[in-house]
Amino acid sequence: MARSVTTQRKAIYTIVAWGIGLLIFFPILWTILTSFKTEAVAIADPPVFLFFDWTLENYAVVQERSNYMRFLWNSVLLAGLSTLFGIIIAVPAAWSMAFVPSRRTKDILLWMLSTKMLPAVGVLYPIYLIFIKLGLLDSRAGLIIVLMLINLPIIVWMLYTYFREIPGEILEAARMDGASLRSEIIYVLTPMAIPGIASTLLLNFILAWNEAFWTLNLTAVNAAPLTAFIASYSSPEGLFFAKLSAASTMAIAPILILGWFSQKQLVRGLTFGAVK
Amino acid sequence: MSFRSALCAASMLALTSGTAAFADAHSATITIATVNNGDMIRMQGYTDQFTAETGIAVEWVTLEENVLRQRVTTDITTNGGQFDIMTIGMYETPIWGANGWLVPLDDLSEEYNVGDILPAMAGGLSYDGTLYAAPFYGESSMVMYRTDLMEAAGLEMPDDPTWEFIAEAVAAMTDRDADINGICLRGKAGWGEGGAFITAMSNSFGARWFDEDWNAQFDTEEWANTLNFFKDMMDASGPAGYATNGFNENLSLFNQGKCGMWIDATVAASFVTNPEDSEVADSVGFALAPDNGLGKRSNWLWAWALAVPAGTQQVAEAKTFIEWATSTDYIELVAANEGWANVPPGARTSLYENPNYQAVPFAQMTLDSILSADPNDSTVLPTPYVGVQFAAIPEFAGIASQVSQEFSAAYAGQQTIEEALEKAQAITTEEMEAAGY
Amino acid sequence: MATQHSRSAARLMMAPAVILLLGWMLVPLTMTLWFSFRNYFPLRPDREPGWAGFDNYVRFFSSSAFWPSVQTTLVIVGGVLLITIVLGILLAILLDQPMWGQGAVRILVIAPFFVMPTVSALVWKNMFMDPVNGLFAHLWRFFGAEPVVWLSDASLGSIIMIVSWQWLPFATLILLTAIQSLDGEQLEAAEMDGAPVHKRFVYIVLPHLARAITIVVLIQTIFLLSIFAEIFVTTGGAFGTRTLTYLIFQRVLESQNVGLGSAGGVYAIILANIVAIFLMRIVGKNLDA
Repeated sequence: MARSVTTQRKAIYTIVAWGIGLLIFFPILWTILTSFKTEAVAIADPPVFLFFDWTLENYAVVQERSNYMRFLWNSVLLAGLSTLFGIIIAVPAAWSMAFVPSRRTKDILLWMLSTKMLPAVGVLYPIYLIFIKLGLLDSRAGLIIVLMLINLPIIVWMLYTYFREIPGEILEAARMDGASLRSEIIYVLTPMAIPGIASTLLLNFILAWNEAFWTLNLTAVNAAPLTAFIASYSSPEGLFFAKLSAASTMAIAPILILGWFSQKQLVRGLTFGAVK
Repeated sequence: MSFRSALCAASMLALTSGTAAFADAHSATITIATVNNGDMIRMQGYTDQFTAETGIAVEWVTLEENVLRQRVTTDITTNGGQFDIMTIGMYETPIWGANGWLVPLDDLSEEYNVGDILPAMAGGLSYDGTLYAAPFYGESSMVMYRTDLMEAAGLEMPDDPTWEFIAEAVAAMTDRDADINGICLRGKAGWGEGGAFITAMSNSFGARWFDEDWNAQFDTEEWANTLNFFKDMMDASGPAGYATNGFNENLSLFNQGKCGMWIDATVAASFVTNPEDSEVADSVGFALAPDNGLGKRSNWLWAWALAVPAGTQQVAEAKTFIEWATSTDYIELVAANEGWANVPPGARTSLYENPNYQAVPFAQMTLDSILSADPNDSTVLPTPYVGVQFAAIPEFAGIASQVSQEFSAAYAGQQTIEEALEKAQAITTEEMEAAGY
Repeated sequence: MATQHSRSAARLMMAPAVILLLGWMLVPLTMTLWFSFRNYFPLRPDREPGWAGFDNYVRFFSSSAFWPSVQTTLVIVGGVLLITIVLGILLAILLDQPMWGQGAVRILVIAPFFVMPTVSALVWKNMFMDPVNGLFAHLWRFFGAEPVVWLSDASLGSIIMIVSWQWLPFATLILLTAIQSLDGEQLEAAEMDGAPVHKRFVYIVLPHLARAITIVVLIQTIFLLSIFAEIFVTTGGAFGTRTLTYLIFQRVLESQNVGLGSAGGVYAIILANIVAIFLMRIVGKNLDA
């Protein structure tokens, strides 16, 4: 027996929700708007919202100053590959935790999460020295490894919770049919977990993209991603709100667009097993 | 097989990007870490000319000041070898030079004319008589004031004002209803921000950071006088929230016509007199930083300079670049394209002898300010350290950033000046002990 | 039934992840422990790095900055958790209602999660909280009020707000998926029986959300304990916003005292584990599947 919803009620919900949604989104919107203003308009009092002479000048300045595409490409590579490798390593681990649990499974899981609690700055010198020894400074490979390790616990945990929701009988049946362990994982389990894997991939891509400590401290030129790009626009001499906004917009736009297009997948899978 | 092929593709990609990085490192490309200040950004625009002249390509790593410091310090102490040239200041140069981490710049070419570098700058960028970094631009600090507001207040600014006069003048200029604050000064936490200002100011009040035996001196009357004078004046005539204002915030306030006076870096003079950015460009006057009749003025001395870390494989190329970027030719190149007011100031004597540059309104006052600061003798009482607005010891940055946080909290009214000084004394004593003094 | 065969296979498959993380944890941890017992001043190569015993631990612990920094850390973590969970639940319930353009609203709400911490700190600090040119200052002046100097007068609150803005989408999303799985008929039955809204919320909705809340608390705590960019960009640790992580940063990078900073790192790990155990005690039951 479905409850009928009056149009009036729906309208109220719509107005309230849109109001709050726009409020939350406003800082981003304001940044994007400001990026199209001149510096003088950007700090005008009273503030100008939409009716100003839109200019692309700030983007031209930023583009001329920094090789944006290289930063962008590095961000894509680092976030993408670290997440991909993370998932390749995590799938078997999550499988065994989900389907062959032992007494220690939960302990191992929590221990993995606890490795994320080591404050990064405390180990900067050790890691920097190791990177020098291995010749990994300012290399994409080195950073991919670090980012993968940072996010691995989250990946394992997310996959583990998805795998648990898959009924074990299906795997039993596959095994009866003579499927090997490997083909069981690749052909039976993985396809069923695709939504979960997709949202794991997305979430960790975002986390890796936004990681700003290691990506800044272990890179110089070749591997520097957008986090390093933005570090050259904060607090120069003078307050350049418009240029800062343009640089900020350029730094967040790719991930924002990706996030919006894939939000259905992200939302569907982002449960961490919270939904039974 | 999808996993395996994805893995293969991914590793191939990672591998090729790795080799690309290697190939880069072996051609004649130098990597320069630099700060995102206007003059440095402008130089990046001219890099193509350098590459065309010498065939040496340049990669820039441009970072905000605090991030830059943390980045280059990590690299130099661990001999990471990430950069062929580092942009550092007067604080780092003598310390790093003493540790043997920088390549001495003692064999620069004849045409470069090392002797032309202002002695104050060369002195602050040397250790034991050897130059370790070449100044790209140098600065002191001075008074910038609104001539129209001074006139309206019926006052006349002397070339060498005292603090007493300044306090009086800014009180007269303050007009809260018209949104005009008599004075804007740095109160922001950070040793390079408010910390630098208050330290330079304290010199004119007879204060010092350490006595000859490296004992912290914040329990002295001179420090209490400095802070009380600063806070009283700022509370009466300064902008709201000055405890969070640094160079940028004050620059923007001054350019918007909201400050009667601003005592800050001499390089700001070219910004506040530039009609494109400043609403008050045609009514700015300059004077030396104030004193208290004790023989020391409250101006600092700083240079952003280019240095070659000892770990680099490309010393010759790096030196070639430094000679280009800090030469008189570069100054002329900028002057030809952007006007004399926009050349990097404060580094070379010949610039101030150039009649074209002498016509720039703030040129003489900048030079006078630079000449009146002496890192080797900056305080009334004797000290064991070198530096005007800092003490050139490795521990200083860490101590001063914490001390200036306590000061800022006092400016904001979150604690009294006595409490701030007490904590400053405790922090400094604690840290110096930890460092083994 | 798991066979002996699959058990050993399972161990084998877990091995790469476990070994990698073990390495990632043990190597830096061992080095941190090693450094924490030594005098190590990178800027003073002239000084022989020597054995320091427990000096660094004693010094870090007895420093006047230590307890305030622990307190600040806990206040920030607690404040952000409280705000994101309360607002997250309300938002999730709202977004679950029928409306026009639900997908679009959801996009607006989750957007802050995609913004880099550095960028969000820069944007908030300059374009909103700047006491002269910030949007808040304009707003305050419009209503005839004196603009608030956010980052000094309300420093901790400002940082909590910035961080909450970044994490609210995450909490909302997880709570929303949980609410969507709520059995509508049960709620309707309760409504028919005349149970008021708050009772329905407390006895039906909240218990259903318990697991999701646990997840949010756990994940966010892990990330919040180590927030850094938001403080570095906005206050630089001034005005009582110095967290334990920031204190370690000051010791290691500003003071260049790696031994002392490493001891601080060990304390931070201990604190993180205390918080973790505490969390497990309170919410751990919800994690048992």
